[in-house]
Amino acid sequence: MERFVQVLIDGLATGSLYGALALAVVLIYRSTGIVNFAQGEMAMFSTFIAWGLLQAGLPLLVALLGTLALSFVAGMVIERVIIRPVEGGEVLTLVIVTLGLFILVNSAAGWIYGFNTRSFPSLFGDERLDIAGVAIPVESLGIVAVLIAVVGILFVVFQRTKVGLAMRAVAMNPESSRLVGVSVGRTLMIGWGVAALVGALAGALIAARLFLDVNFMGGVLIYSFAAATLGGFDSPLGAVLGGWIIGIAEGLAGTYVGFIGSDLKILVPLIAILVVLLVRPTGMFGSAEVARA
Amino acid sequence: MSSSSRMKRFRLAGWAFVAVVAIVLPFFLGTYRVGQFTQALALAIAVLGLNLLVGYSGQISLGHGAFFALGAYVSAILIVDAGVPYLLTLPIALAVCAVAGFLLGLPALRLHGLYLALVTLGVAIAAPQIIKRAEGLTGGTQGLSVDRPAAPAWIGLADDQYLYFLTLVVTAVMFLLAAGLVRGRVGRALIAIRENEIAAKTMGVDLARYKTGAFAVSAAYAGLGGALFTLPIGFLAPESFPLALSFGFLAAIVVGGLATIGGALFGALFIEFVPVYAADVNTALAGVIYGGVLILFMYLLPGGVMGIRRQIAARRAASQEQDAPAEKQRTEQVKTAGQV
Repeated sequence: MERFVQVLIDGLATGSLYGALALAVVLIYRSTGIVNFAQGEMAMFSTFIAWGLLQAGLPLLVALLGTLALSFVAGMVIERVIIRPVEGGEVLTLVIVTLGLFILVNSAAGWIYGFNTRSFPSLFGDERLDIAGVAIPVESLGIVAVLIAVVGILFVVFQRTKVGLAMRAVAMNPESSRLVGVSVGRTLMIGWGVAALVGALAGALIAARLFLDVNFMGGVLIYSFAAATLGGFDSPLGAVLGGWIIGIAEGLAGTYVGFIGSDLKILVPLIAILVVLLVRPTGMFGSAEVARA
Repeated sequence: MSSSSRMKRFRLAGWAFVAVVAIVLPFFLGTYRVGQFTQALALAIAVLGLNLLVGYSGQISLGHGAFFALGAYVSAILIVDAGVPYLLTLPIALAVCAVAGFLLGLPALRLHGLYLALVTLGVAIAAPQIIKRAEGLTGGTQGLSVDRPAAPAWIGLADDQYLYFLTLVVTAVMFLLAAGLVRGRVGRALIAIRENEIAAKTMGVDLARYKTGAFAVSAAYAGLGGALFTLPIGFLAPESFPLALSFGFLAAIVVGGLATIGGALFGALFIEFVPVYAADVNTALAGVIYGGVLILFMYLLPGGVMGIRRQIAARRAASQEQDAPAEKQRTEQVKTAGQV
């Protein structure tokens, strides 16, 4: 029982990390209809920037805040320079361009920072709380709290601010938004900036739990896609809940299903994606698309 | 018009030139280089397979590295465990991969564009893990050593030259088959599906048959390529088939030209030799080039290398007919890339 609760909480924390990256993916998908395959790699690069700032002697919190700001700007620049020329294009073009970005960012990081594995400090230390006989890492609770805070902030931004209103309007109908005076281009840039920022936060939290190297987000990305798929690709709340479900399912399957163990855990998101897409393609909270000839 | 017959002659001359170069090549190069060209030919088969799927039928697969690996392992396991002659393992690898491709094509029927990309990406990521897990068959992380085929005594060629010509013959056959396939009814049906699925269905194209069929054929090509790729190396391990391989295939079809047959050869040479030379500068350079090329080609040369001629012709036509919008010209470019 004790083990079960630990697996559950661990899964919730891991799932929050998947959810955070999934949130970044969903933010971009909602506004532009692009699934950004490079989201994980952008987060990886951001984490390396944070690592660089730490090496320069900045305190962790300052380094993180600086990284978030830089990531926001970098996200906007990427949208303007790389994505804008193909926006609204065919799916194949979009997939190829974001995959190109994936490979480019990954290799650039390898070139600049090398391929060694590094450790990354945690915001929350490595203490454990003893609650009713179950040892719970403070870090796990911290991660879940951060994710909930991020979702809360995003909710307020989307629902209560003018920028958020513009972002929702552009997602719904860019043409009409332009007609009522919304700067569509600028709004899309902000959307990518916010997504890059959320991704950077996810990257730093994940690196603290795992390690930091140029490929550490590759595996996480597929879990995040599973989370986003499960939640419905255009629902931020769905992304978070989807992340939790995937995280817990992964923990349970890895612990209690002997066949899966730690090697084949990667099958969990893959099967989840397949099953969701075949049974209920819109996920839990997604909205259906209508096709027309 | 005379321009079309001129183009046909131009194309035939091009192919004849490629054939002559391909035949004399191994007599002028050392063992190591011949091995590289053998690998490039094997890659070309897999790249062509992916292009049949992505370029012609418009279905995205980011997971063809998995089929490439499957073909390689089927061939190697049959040689090592069952003592099957290596030539016989090639059609078996092809058949196994065709079945696997058909099976992946079934869920693909319900998945469009992005979602298909997601699922196939998952397959590519999971493949090395599954290979590691099936240790009894695959040797796990230790890998699998296979005796490299020796040239028959009567043929009078060195081993590496023999493998080169074997691969060359298979490659030529597969290219001819693909060219025939896309030129006829099947090719038209696939392009119709790519351009407008609902309209294609209305015109009587059996979507399920053609889409799963495209997956099966495409996977068979990839598997055959994988089997041939591994023969001259004599060793394979899960790390031989990283995610980068699947991305490389995609880069290859974009460089060569989506929905072209000949482009696969350019693309394969690109992904065989770019990493070799780039590694002299920095191990990360190949990735930077791949990524940059994927993005730049989609902006500047959506028809790939094979589309350059067509693009020049289109630009000339557009400058004569001045008010043709540039955007339309670009989409036309992609759409007319449907010929060999």
